Amino acid sequence: MARDIRITSICLPSRPFFWCKTAFVLVLVLLAASMAKEIQAESADSRVWISQAGLFHVTYKSKLQPIVINRIHNWVLRVGSADGQPVTNADITVEGGMPAHDHGLPTLPRMTQSLGNGEYLLEGMRFHMNGYWEISITINAGGDRDTIIIPLEL
Amino acid sequence: MSLARGLNRRSRRASLIGLVAVVVWAAWWFSRADDPSPWTETEIEILRSLWISSLPPLAPDPSNTVADDPRAAKLGQQLFFDQRLSGNGLIACATCHQPQRRFTDGRVKGQAIGTSKRNTPSIVGTAYSPWLYWDGRRDSLWSQALSPLEDPNEHNGTRMQYVRLIATDPGYRTAYEGLFGSIPDLSNRSRFPSVATPVGDSRSNTAWLAMTAEDRELVNKIFVNIGKSIAAYERLLMPGPSRFDAYVKAVLDRNVKAQQEMFNNDELMGLRLFIGKANCTQCHNGPLFTNYEFHNTGIISFPGEVPDKGRVAGVRSVRSNPFNCLSAYNDDSAKDCAELRFARNGPELIGAMRTPSLRNLEGTSPYMHKGQMATTAEILDHYNRAPLAMIGHNETKPLKLSRRELKQLETFLKSLAAPLVTPTKWLEPPANINARLVTLVGSAR
Repeated sequence: MARDIRITSICLPSRPFFWCKTAFVLVLVLLAASMAKEIQAESADSRVWISQAGLFHVTYKSKLQPIVINRIHNWVLRVGSADGQPVTNADITVEGGMPAHDHGLPTLPRMTQSLGNGEYLLEGMRFHMNGYWEISITINAGGDRDTIIIPLEL
Repeated sequence: MSLARGLNRRSRRASLIGLVAVVVWAAWWFSRADDPSPWTETEIEILRSLWISSLPPLAPDPSNTVADDPRAAKLGQQLFFDQRLSGNGLIACATCHQPQRRFTDGRVKGQAIGTSKRNTPSIVGTAYSPWLYWDGRRDSLWSQALSPLEDPNEHNGTRMQYVRLIATDPGYRTAYEGLFGSIPDLSNRSRFPSVATPVGDSRSNTAWLAMTAEDRELVNKIFVNIGKSIAAYERLLMPGPSRFDAYVKAVLDRNVKAQQEMFNNDELMGLRLFIGKANCTQCHNGPLFTNYEFHNTGIISFPGEVPDKGRVAGVRSVRSNPFNCLSAYNDDSAKDCAELRFARNGPELIGAMRTPSLRNLEGTSPYMHKGQMATTAEILDHYNRAPLAMIGHNETKPLKLSRRELKQLETFLKSLAAPLVTPTKWLEPPANINARLVTLVGSAR
């Protein structure tokens, strides 16, 4: 009787039991996959971002983890050339804003230090609203100039 | 016979399926009744972010070595309520920042020796803000506390006069020297005149310029320490938990009964609008319902009044302020001052004003930087229309909410009212302070 109820409630006996079980497993797999995607989204700042013309590869690491609104903090940018070599003498400017709200960052962040090995200290980052932000990083190095847009959902 | 048995089996199976359906439906119904929380997990996280228990402990202020010294707070409280800190002996900080009105004054614009240019903002919780004043023209509680003391429309005194008060009042002198070290002899009037300040009228300005650089520095240091003591007091003024916070706790605890006890349907709908389509949390976010930032929301000036430049002028002022974070008066040798160093300025900040906390809404009317609005209904109507800004650009867009929705928002906002969490002894004039002030504070309107 108990088995009857269980089968009836999950997989009706009129349907092939095998397919029902397969569907059940499939749902579980999909659930696990979506969770894994979320975990991956959280570590998005280790992702390599490629500039618009493909000249530079950039990763950023926020010193504030996780990034929350209303706290001023610093980022470390790592800039590499297209072939993966660190770019050590770059001039970097940063802008950003929320396209949906037609406003920029509440601060004027600046690259203040080259930390060597293609790493740069970016000071003065702050976000004051939750939602979708875009950070635009323009890199000038060895006569090349290119921009990277990093999307950020807070 | 076999037909009957077949029918019997079929009907038994049908009834079994029916029974299972009923059980599943009942289970769903009851589980729903157990947790009828109308909130998604994302929304619950937004509610948690607004909850007063999410407010982190106040960070130390390395720019002020006495920021968390209770002796400094006690001295600061006395100074805050002392009318002798004014040009005419009648104005204290508490004249406009009245404890019983959440440290505001119920007036359109502050009224002291003259009329202030703006509405008196509350002090409660401002220790969390990187910027002070509507336009953020000061970057610490202590540097803010100094400005009204010499403003001709506010206390209208001079720093020399205040420093002399500290040196000559035995109570102040003892308290001050216990915190900051001994005060040199200031009795020589040719070295230390009666009034002197670099920012006052020509008489006090001339007197200031006649002093030696060392003497001016000596006076500045004591003046700054007055600000630092007042700041230590102001750091204690914090909002308490409101009915909204009790509601959020009930949501987080999945306590249905408590949720229903805390909020009626209108308040619930108002909160839903607040965190949803009314866009309020774009600026009024975090446990203090403010992002401490500057926004132009198209608040219209009074007829005949020049629109206020707001943050654009505030940034210029704070950068050139001799008591700002980068000055020698900052006690922190590291002087990180990130907020000041990376402060934004630009056309988008024309007419922008600092987002006020909504935790002090109840009983702090009139609202807005010039006291333009008397009720929350007026504010909500303004944001619903989002008129063009007189100068700069209104960041907000019309909300198109119905009258019923506006009413629900208004009802919800009332749930943020709560007494301060600060012990009562800090919310009244200290016993040894001039009794005249009590009368003035009590009757000021």
